[in-house]
Amino acid sequence: MASTIVEARGVTKDFGSIQAVKGVDLSIAPGELFGLIGHNGAGKSTLFKMMLGLIPLTSGTIHLDGEPITGPRFRETRRKIGYLPENVVLYDNLTGLETLYFFADLKAVPRRECAALLDKVGLTAAAGRRVREYSKGMRQRLGFAQALLGTPRLLFLDEPTTGLDPGAIRDFYRILRELKGEGVTMVLTSHILAEIQERVDRLAIMEGGQIRATGTVQALREAMNLPLTLEIAGGAGLREQVSRALEGLAIDSIEESGNMLHIRLSRDAKMPALTRLATLGDTLRDLHVREPSLEDVFFGYRA
Amino acid sequence: MFSIDFRQIGIVAGKEFWDRIRNRWVLAVALVFTVFALVIAYFGAAQQGAVGFRSIDVTIASLVSLVIYLIPLIALILGFDAIVGERERGSLDLLLTLPITRKELILGKYAGLAGALAFSTIAGFGAVGVILSPSLSLDALFHYVGFMASAILLGFAFLSLAVMLSVFAADRTRASGLAIGTWFFFVLVFDLLLLGALVVTAGDYGGAIFPYLLLLNPADVFRVLNVFSLDEVRTLYGLATVFPEALSNPATLGGVMLAWIVGPLAVAIWRFER
Repeated sequence: MASTIVEARGVTKDFGSIQAVKGVDLSIAPGELFGLIGHNGAGKSTLFKMMLGLIPLTSGTIHLDGEPITGPRFRETRRKIGYLPENVVLYDNLTGLETLYFFADLKAVPRRECAALLDKVGLTAAAGRRVREYSKGMRQRLGFAQALLGTPRLLFLDEPTTGLDPGAIRDFYRILRELKGEGVTMVLTSHILAEIQERVDRLAIMEGGQIRATGTVQALREAMNLPLTLEIAGGAGLREQVSRALEGLAIDSIEESGNMLHIRLSRDAKMPALTRLATLGDTLRDLHVREPSLEDVFFGYRA
Repeated sequence: MFSIDFRQIGIVAGKEFWDRIRNRWVLAVALVFTVFALVIAYFGAAQQGAVGFRSIDVTIASLVSLVIYLIPLIALILGFDAIVGERERGSLDLLLTLPITRKELILGKYAGLAGALAFSTIAGFGAVGVILSPSLSLDALFHYVGFMASAILLGFAFLSLAVMLSVFAADRTRASGLAIGTWFFFVLVFDLLLLGALVVTAGDYGGAIFPYLLLLNPADVFRVLNVFSLDEVRTLYGLATVFPEALSNPATLGGVMLAWIVGPLAVAIWRFER
């Protein structure tokens, strides 16, 4: 088994005079759940499409499981991958089961897998209904079942939870966890940063056709050195006592809302602050350390 | 260059074909062909004060005029969104991430649509052939089958053009416009242009090449193919007598029709693979 399942080296894509992707290097390890984030036009869709072999590279190389996606062994390589496009459009005139049969045939996957996959995404009851009668969320789930045909080793998921209700989103990520447990590698894009921040192993932030940063969410937070927030609940006189205790530390701001204090402070000041706050004893009823969100990190890199 | 996997072509073709069966497209087109052919066969001579089936040659001559209008239009409507429709809906990207080449996808689409078109042509005109068969000699039946075969080839040629337009067009609206324009050009305008050029030059310049220019239009190839296969019809078309002998050979005309099928499809594949 290769040490990386996705390997991009010096990938560039020009559309006329516009350079959509500029010399991207990216390695994704087997079994990783990898997020690719960026604003519209950042180049992530173009990079995604190049990884899938949908558009040719201007320069550079992309290997999936050691093979170029458009190389002579492309059929074997493509059988190892699953793809769920954003706003998946399937065939309205086919039933859910027939849709899976069609894609299963093209992937040379036994049709007997299809019913089990529909069950996995919660569409067994709708298997015999035409896709035109499906809601947006049901279509998305059918698209996901299609992506899972043939037990792929590598899944590409483009905005996968678009149109799903909260219950379906929870089920979707439950399935992703199961797949991760089975060693499946997943690359996903999403604009809903709060949704993926606790779920991806690593992510890449794209901006202007380049990867600005790659790493775990925590590593990116630390690299950005974004301030933390301490959320403290307590009784009367809390603000005065806390302010006194934290004197001399690098505190960005202290805000009060109700009986809660929100203290923004630098990452370096976290442990000294916690040590001093511990001396306040029963004055504090509760304390949370809130890390910057992925959204904070993302906008930090864009700034 | 990758080898062709005929299984993948068959899967795509099967889906396209059964889609047209299920949405009753094949049935509707077959019924149209049957009704028109029956009306022409029984009432084609009504202007001369006679009703009822007269001769297969005259019936075929009338059917040729009908088919020249109808089949190109049906084929163009059938194929204009084959690729651009998938692209616009967003399903093309999904298909192209599967173990199928672009060439196999186009060939599969074409084969499935061509199968549906051929099936409805055979069913529609075949039903009329069965109804007329008690009145037909073996020779007449042979002519009728030849007419059906050439109608299928005509459909294939325009389907090939439709698929090519579908690859080049940026969206379905443009593709449908191009399809209608193609129909107008080949079915209505082309002959008028030739006729106009012939009249303007009074046949003094390049008159000998005019018959060959007909080969640039698959609808005319179909017309010539049928006109020259029927003795009675040859006499109906006065100009038929001045047509070069070399172009009267059904094999030659069949070859030209084949080129009209393969040519645009090859261009479509070339463009789609770029």
